[in-house]
Amino acid sequence: MKRESLLSYLVVGPFAIVLAFPFYWMLMTSLRSDDDLYDIQQVPFKFNADSPTINNYKFLLQDTDYLRWLENTVIVGVAVVAITLVLALPAGYALARLSGRWGQGVGVGIFLTYLVPPTLLFLPLSRVVADLDLNDRLWSLIVVYPSFTVPFSTWLLMGFFKTIPPELEDAALVDGASRLGALARVVFPLSVPGILTVVIFSFSLVFNEFIYALTFISSSETRTISSGVPIELIRGDVFYWGALMAATLIPAVPLALLYNAFLNRFIAGFTGGAFR
Amino acid sequence: MASVATSGRRWQDTLEERRFLAPLLIAPAVLFIALLVGVPLVLAIYLSLTDATAGSLTGEFVGLRNYLDAWDDENFRRALKNTVIFTVVSQAIVLVCAGFLAHALVRNFRGKWLLRFFILLPWAAPVALSTVGFLWIFHSLYSVVNWTLTHDIFPGGPAFYPYKAINWAFARDFWPGAIQITPIEPIDPPQWLGEPHLAMAAIILIHAWRIIPFATVIFIAGLASMPPEIDDAAKVDGATGLRKFWYVTFPLQLPIALVALLFGIVFTATDITVVQVLTQGGPFNSTQILTTWAYATGINGAALGEGAAISLYLLPPLALVAIVMLWFARKVEVT
Repeated sequence: MKRESLLSYLVVGPFAIVLAFPFYWMLMTSLRSDDDLYDIQQVPFKFNADSPTINNYKFLLQDTDYLRWLENTVIVGVAVVAITLVLALPAGYALARLSGRWGQGVGVGIFLTYLVPPTLLFLPLSRVVADLDLNDRLWSLIVVYPSFTVPFSTWLLMGFFKTIPPELEDAALVDGASRLGALARVVFPLSVPGILTVVIFSFSLVFNEFIYALTFISSSETRTISSGVPIELIRGDVFYWGALMAATLIPAVPLALLYNAFLNRFIAGFTGGAFR
Repeated sequence: MASVATSGRRWQDTLEERRFLAPLLIAPAVLFIALLVGVPLVLAIYLSLTDATAGSLTGEFVGLRNYLDAWDDENFRRALKNTVIFTVVSQAIVLVCAGFLAHALVRNFRGKWLLRFFILLPWAAPVALSTVGFLWIFHSLYSVVNWTLTHDIFPGGPAFYPYKAINWAFARDFWPGAIQITPIEPIDPPQWLGEPHLAMAAIILIHAWRIIPFATVIFIAGLASMPPEIDDAAKVDGATGLRKFWYVTFPLQLPIALVALLFGIVFTATDITVVQVLTQGGPFNSTQILTTWAYATGINGAALGEGAAISLYLLPPLALVAIVMLWFARKVEVT
């Protein structure tokens, strides 16, 4: 047993260092002053001159549109999660309870649409968005983003609902509850972890999305962080490296904490859907 | 169930009957997907057959000319080749690394939570932002990689410069033909994003870096679903270590590894973010991939029809992946 966990450390340790190194480096960079950062004679692994400093964070939050982008992303995220739940919850439930070829076919079909990438659809959608006068408005993202969160979430929820035995519902029905009543009182409380997982992963997909945000949005105050940081903070030859690194760390750390906390549920939902 | 129903609830009964209820619950999601994935896909195919420009959604029907024009462009063929290289090489790295990681992480040990957090970071961070981080890591003047290569990493101790070891091992005249690596000079360190081959290597590494956590998670799911009796059976038969991996674990894990691989292929081949933020296809279009070239043609170059045609070259490989997945899902269903 002891030897086995030593082996685990020997494998996981180096990987963790390599995979997390860019984030360690972003943290170091975000805490260093410009004088320190752009002095080639300095050792970059140490704080020199007037470092560490939080000036980069101050600059990012006070002198750029960063907070606005964060706000936009959250607005889009909340709206997209709401639309996703309204569409995916009933569909996922029905598909889980629907046995036979028909249900399987629709389930797999919905899943396959997740494989159609935004990079294939952004050109026609850019014209549709322009024709609907949604250009440069958050509405364009709110309408389009569920096209990738709904297939994915329906699939995950289908997996979760399959793990809830239908006998539980039948028992409630025998006790005189209506089907909707059985849903609300028996199935819903049991599927809260599944719903939370869908909320978190849909939200993080919205934080991640780049190509639609790049094509549909053109002014700084309407951007989301994923397009705002690389487009607006990198202007010509002027780079605010310290602020750029802070801008990446701020969303990355909470998202990774959430992923870590919900990882087991995600695995259960992902594999419970079909591959079991 | 019918015995429970009373006559006063007939309307509700009809609604609750599976035959009606199920389609009613599924329809909104299916309609939405058809409208926002199906319609644009058809529209993309239509656009690719016309000479539409950025100003309009319609154009003159030109048949397959956009596809042929795209093919005749040297940049397109390089983009196609790069897409294949980036995908295949990065996924090969991902499979090997994720395999090791998953085997180590499936056990319980102290501090696992923290280490798992570190490993999940690349997957959780928005790609566009972490790629900006790599812009800084591979910076032409302040690259931390180059600093480490060209400095004494044991100051005060025995002078050890990593670049000397690399030059000694790789940058030699007699190194067997195929791979040629120029020696690293401290005054002229590698320009990671300015030299075509190095930029390609950087892109491959970033893709591998961000997909490894995802593949690891899927592999862990596969290992965790292996019944413990199999472990016992293997122990009884005296299979341990490598032999157990080769004869027991590997065949059992093959299906789930295939799932991780197919997703990895889709995520890498259809991604635009890494290349668009890191090199924008440069230097001199040497790192263009299909998606960035479609963007450059369709949005920057305003040739909507040809841009759509370029991105649609991705459809046949994606269809192939879908078929493999379907075949796989059916196979699992039968057993």
